Amino acid sequence: MASVPVEHGLLLAGILFSIGLMGLLVRRNILMMLLCVEIMLNAAGLAFVTAGAALRKPDGQIMMIFILTMAAAEVAVGLALVIQFFHSFKTLDVDAADKMRG
Amino acid sequence: MYDLLWLIPALPFAGFVLLATIGSRFPRSLTAAVGVGSVGAAAILAVLTAGRFVVSPPPDDFFRQTLWTWISLNGFTPEIALYLDPISLVMVLNVSIVGFLIHLYSAEFMADDESYCRFFAYMNLFLGSMLTLVLADNLLLLYLGWEGVGLCSYLLIGFWYKEPVRAKAAVKAFLVTRVGDAAMAFGLFLILANLGTLQIQELTERAVLLWPVGSKLAVAAAGLLLIGALGKSAQIPLHTWLPDAMAGPTPVSALIHAATMVTAGVYLIARMHVLFTLAPMVQYAVAVIGCATLLVAGFSALAQSDIKRVLAYSTISQIGYMFLALGVGAWSAALFHMVTHACFKALLFLACGVIILGLHHEQNMFKMGGLRRQIPFTFYTFLIGAASLAALPLVTAGFYSKDEILWASWSSTLGGPWLWLGGLIGALLTSLYTFRMVFLTFYGKAKSRIDRFPGTAMMIPLAVLALLSLGIGLIQTPGVLGNVAFFSGFLSASLPAMTEGNVSARFENILLVISGVVSVSGIYLAYLFFLKKPGLAQALTNNPLGAVLHRCSFAACGFDRAYHWLFVKSFVRIATWNRHDFTDLVYRGVAGFAQVCSIILGASQTGRVRHYAVGIVIGAVVTIAIMVLS
Repeated sequence: MASVPVEHGLLLAGILFSIGLMGLLVRRNILMMLLCVEIMLNAAGLAFVTAGAALRKPDGQIMMIFILTMAAAEVAVGLALVIQFFHSFKTLDVDAADKMRG
Repeated sequence: MYDLLWLIPALPFAGFVLLATIGSRFPRSLTAAVGVGSVGAAAILAVLTAGRFVVSPPPDDFFRQTLWTWISLNGFTPEIALYLDPISLVMVLNVSIVGFLIHLYSAEFMADDESYCRFFAYMNLFLGSMLTLVLADNLLLLYLGWEGVGLCSYLLIGFWYKEPVRAKAAVKAFLVTRVGDAAMAFGLFLILANLGTLQIQELTERAVLLWPVGSKLAVAAAGLLLIGALGKSAQIPLHTWLPDAMAGPTPVSALIHAATMVTAGVYLIARMHVLFTLAPMVQYAVAVIGCATLLVAGFSALAQSDIKRVLAYSTISQIGYMFLALGVGAWSAALFHMVTHACFKALLFLACGVIILGLHHEQNMFKMGGLRRQIPFTFYTFLIGAASLAALPLVTAGFYSKDEILWASWSSTLGGPWLWLGGLIGALLTSLYTFRMVFLTFYGKAKSRIDRFPGTAMMIPLAVLALLSLGIGLIQTPGVLGNVAFFSGFLSASLPAMTEGNVSARFENILLVISGVVSVSGIYLAYLFFLKKPGLAQALTNNPLGAVLHRCSFAACGFDRAYHWLFVKSFVRIATWNRHDFTDLVYRGVAGFAQVCSIILGASQTGRVRHYAVGIVIGAVVTIAIMVLS
């Protein structure tokens, strides 16, 4: 099995993370922002797995399992928040919620 | 007998505590009994102690009683200790007896006042403080009494505090004497720092050893104590509080002027005479200030219309005589004049109180007149007091004491003709204004009616003080008139005699006659101007020069106005200019900085979740950058 070079894995993780981050910062749809957060989480997981493979240790894969668990929990809470948000504002635009302006 | 010495100041204090705590529930008679009785008991004790002191003096002519140690602070252990020697004995007798008579008088004088109990509480505290002052063994305890006296004078001058004028007079008295007190405190610090003790006997011994005559430290210490004495004894330039102190009830004026308070400065200088001898310059200043004060105050008394103000200026003037005597080294003459002055000045004030009470607090002499027939007893006692103040030759006590001072001011090696001449002019002014007061008040046409006559409690003190004003001079008479030297002999144990210059006994007699003639001619002038030909005085004040002098005298040479302009106005100006207190700028700056920060940071709180996310990203990037790069 031809091994994938570690740089490639990390680069992909970085690109994915950047895409997720940019999406989080520029999108106004709260559902999309939630998806972006998921992409960033998976990018981080990919980095862990790549590093684990490069170092030949199981820690990276263990961390990935943790991240998956946490992501599931996060999605559960996040979707609940989205539903509540839509109930209150009748829209999915996050900029509608700016009552905390100083 | 001596062991009971502590009771003398303790009794008035006990009276004060009793009256101040549960006195408000007492009936008036009990209040008076406590107030007068405590001082009376102290007076009796003082007389018994004095008798014992004269018959069998304690070893070395002093008795020291240590009650307890006040503070113990490595090496500095001032004690609550009393020291009885001839000087303090004279003072104790003076304070307690005259004080008792004034208390007795007040029991009736204040009978209608709603704050009867408060009055006696203050009076007792006053007496207690004064007795502590004169009996103190160290300067710290003396200072306690000194401040106590200052506090009580404030409380009593402002006794009728509901009238703003009186409250202001109290504040003025407190502030002006405070100037002197502050200087005195610095004097005490100086003495403590350089001599290491405040115990009077020890510090004088050490001062003699450590400080040569005229050394800077001796001059500074004596000078600072002198400023303290000037404030308390109302001498130029700190005398302006005394005429205003007339706002208090008349017995208070009597107490402040005769027995307590103003004599404290004289006592302090006499007590610290060694220190003043070490600083001849300061001692000379004492004489000059005394002489200047007696002239200025005597002149100011000439044109006053308020009877109590005349008496106030006469007190300042008479204390000027005492300072003159102290300045030329005639220590016992100063104390002698203080004793006679206490008698006749208390008498004058108390007699004046009868008039004021009878005329419903009328104090303007021009609205009195002809009172001689209405209150003959008061008239005769007032006349005796006035004669004594004017130093009527031979019969009055004031003559003997004042003549001794005049004689000393010339004959002492420290004195000279100029000081004598000043004193002599002062004597002329004294008899002039004194009898002006007598003629305006008691002679002429009756302008008002007395409707309240003194009872026994007011008559007895008048009678006793009148007898004293006549008789007490006989304990010290000049060479040609019996040469009695009981008083100065008694004091010789603690006060050195004056060093006389080269003057003959015959010369003394000439001066004696001159001072007698001056006194009588002053009385005659007063008779001429104010009784026989009132037009003469009128003509004098109409003449331009006379008018200026009259205005100057009435305004007491403008000291009050000058001080008002110099201190009060400039203080108010500075206060107005600085009404946004500049130290507040610092605190306002802190507040302003916090406000600006709040605006800046508040702007960052947009409420948009994406902006917060940017913040988190930037923060994360910066943190990681720092961790990676460092």
